[in-house]
Amino acid sequence: MPSVTRDLVVPNKLGLHARPAMLFVDTASRFTSDIKVVKGGDEPGEADGKSVMQMIILAATEGTPLRVSADGDDAADALTAIARLFETKFDEEQD
Amino acid sequence: MEIKKGIGVSPGVVISTAVVLDAEDLVIPKRSVGDGGIQGEIDRYFRAIDESTQEVIKLRENVAAEHGKEIADIFSFHLGMLRDKTLQTQVLNEIKTQQTTAEYAVSVAARRLANKFLQMPNPMFAERVKDIHDIEKTILRSLLGERRQDLAHLTQDVVVIAHDLLPSQTAALDRKHVRGFACDVGGRTSHTAIVARAMGIPAVVGLGNLTSEVSGGDTIIIDGTRGVVIINPDADQLVEHRAYGLKHIEIETELAGLRELPAETTDGHLVSLQANIEFAHEVDESLARGASGIGLYRTEFLFLSGEAEPTEEDHFNSYADAIKRLDGRPFVIRTLDLGADKYQTSKQQNPERNPFLGDRSIRMCLHDIPMFKRQLRAIMRVSTLGDVRIMFPMISTLMELRQARMILNDVMEELEDEGVEFRREIPVGIMIEVPSAALMANNFAKEVNFFSIGTNDLIQYTLAVDRTNEKVAGLFCPAHPAVLTLLRDVIRAGVRNNISVSVCGEMAGEPLYTLLLLGLGLTTFSMNSPDIPEVKKIIRSTSMDHARQVARRVMSFDSERQVMHFLREETRKIIPEAF
Repeated sequence: MPSVTRDLVVPNKLGLHARPAMLFVDTASRFTSDIKVVKGGDEPGEADGKSVMQMIILAATEGTPLRVSADGDDAADALTAIARLFETKFDEEQD
Repeated sequence: MEIKKGIGVSPGVVISTAVVLDAEDLVIPKRSVGDGGIQGEIDRYFRAIDESTQEVIKLRENVAAEHGKEIADIFSFHLGMLRDKTLQTQVLNEIKTQQTTAEYAVSVAARRLANKFLQMPNPMFAERVKDIHDIEKTILRSLLGERRQDLAHLTQDVVVIAHDLLPSQTAALDRKHVRGFACDVGGRTSHTAIVARAMGIPAVVGLGNLTSEVSGGDTIIIDGTRGVVIINPDADQLVEHRAYGLKHIEIETELAGLRELPAETTDGHLVSLQANIEFAHEVDESLARGASGIGLYRTEFLFLSGEAEPTEEDHFNSYADAIKRLDGRPFVIRTLDLGADKYQTSKQQNPERNPFLGDRSIRMCLHDIPMFKRQLRAIMRVSTLGDVRIMFPMISTLMELRQARMILNDVMEELEDEGVEFRREIPVGIMIEVPSAALMANNFAKEVNFFSIGTNDLIQYTLAVDRTNEKVAGLFCPAHPAVLTLLRDVIRAGVRNNISVSVCGEMAGEPLYTLLLLGLGLTTFSMNSPDIPEVKKIIRSTSMDHARQVARRVMSFDSERQVMHFLREETRKIIPEAF
């Protein structure tokens, strides 16, 4: 089964808090592939990309590097969609 | 065996089996459902998730409409958490491996997740623990809502143990089988106390962590006179308490002998002692205790005990049932007085920030005329079955009263067109409970046939005290001179305009205030029927002259303490064993 991995950095000022975490999970859940998110650094962690509980417990703040991997038939599409979220800063306005 | 001391709020002794109502805010005791109960608990969990999901979706819709998308987003987050597989896996695991109830499993899983949040160094993320608590409460409410259904159909006599009893819970209880209450929190004026006294069953409150020490099925002694609860008593205690229970019944029997005698002072002034009730069957109990009528028939239970709003027929049947048993004695129906503390489970659309001052009671009715008319139609239809009178609660302006009367007139016109019989001259009164109405009593007296003073709420509004808030409940005092002044003036306004005035708040049933109310000129007292004999005893043991003297003296005091001390002394002079 195809597997795609990308390194993405959390762009939002407030990090992956409730709303962006929900957005991530909603996006990931559109695809059949398994989505895994790994956080490195001082407080390492791992989360199932389709569980908002795990995603928020990850506590990914601004600037945190995340390794996102998708495993399944639509892995490539999944990662493209997720990467776009990061590009658009999860739709949060810049003040 | 364990003895716990609390506050006795309704006298008597009962020995029975415990049923424990789980509290929303406490650690829920672990109870085993056994191997066979596992699937049932799993099913309950999923049903609760479905129900909670619907509830949150509705909340989100309402919030988005009022406050915009950003605030609504938090509910999207809650929905995500409700559906979350991690939570689900943890709860199901707990149920399967520990064989516990769904409630217990949910609270364990929620606590575990909450701890993960609390350990996060970043405060902004750690704060999200609030959301865990929130959905935990939502799910538990769903699960407990189910349990409330079980308590409506009991098969044996029990005593109910709870953290606190909400009006919505007591409305759903199977009253035939409930023999006593014991609660963790509360005081003399809490809802538990009121219901227990009305039912004439023992109750003790303020017991601390009782709910975590009692399990369903335990034998419990509740001694409401001494304020003691004994869990799993030994043989000696059982014997002692049975004897004590019998003595209590003796005293009750003596008071019962007063039943046929009139509530007349020694110098021949007759007073009417009536009962406050909620259910038709309470009429029988009230008459048995000597009530000369029903001074307050509360209609809220019709809205609390079902899922849908009551139909006109539902109203009609309840009222007709009650009136039939009265055999022509007066029957005062109060229109819907729901709001805040009484209407929690249903219609949780936009929680108000200050429900006691909000859209409740008559205001709610004037905003929903079709619903109001349904009740009014039923009342008018039963008006031919006896001496029925109608009363509007929480009236604060003349405009409200006039609007309500206009709608009542509309209803009468409609019924006339339909050829339905009713009594056009039905007496129409209002509850005086909002200070504005009390202060303008003279104006109101010209537009109604009677007043009924709702001292419970009048005191709360006048003294700005929430009597259910333990921190300030001590400030709630009927003896406050400001309250007494309002009482005096309202009664005077009634007398001046030749309308009858009654008090239907708890103050009417408290022996401490009988002399005072009598002396101020009150001629109708409406109370929970168990209180009637003692109030009657005091009235029969004094003269109007003396009562007036007492009242005059009381009105010269400027502190509650003086008032209460004086009244205690004066009452003891005529009834030495009082208090």
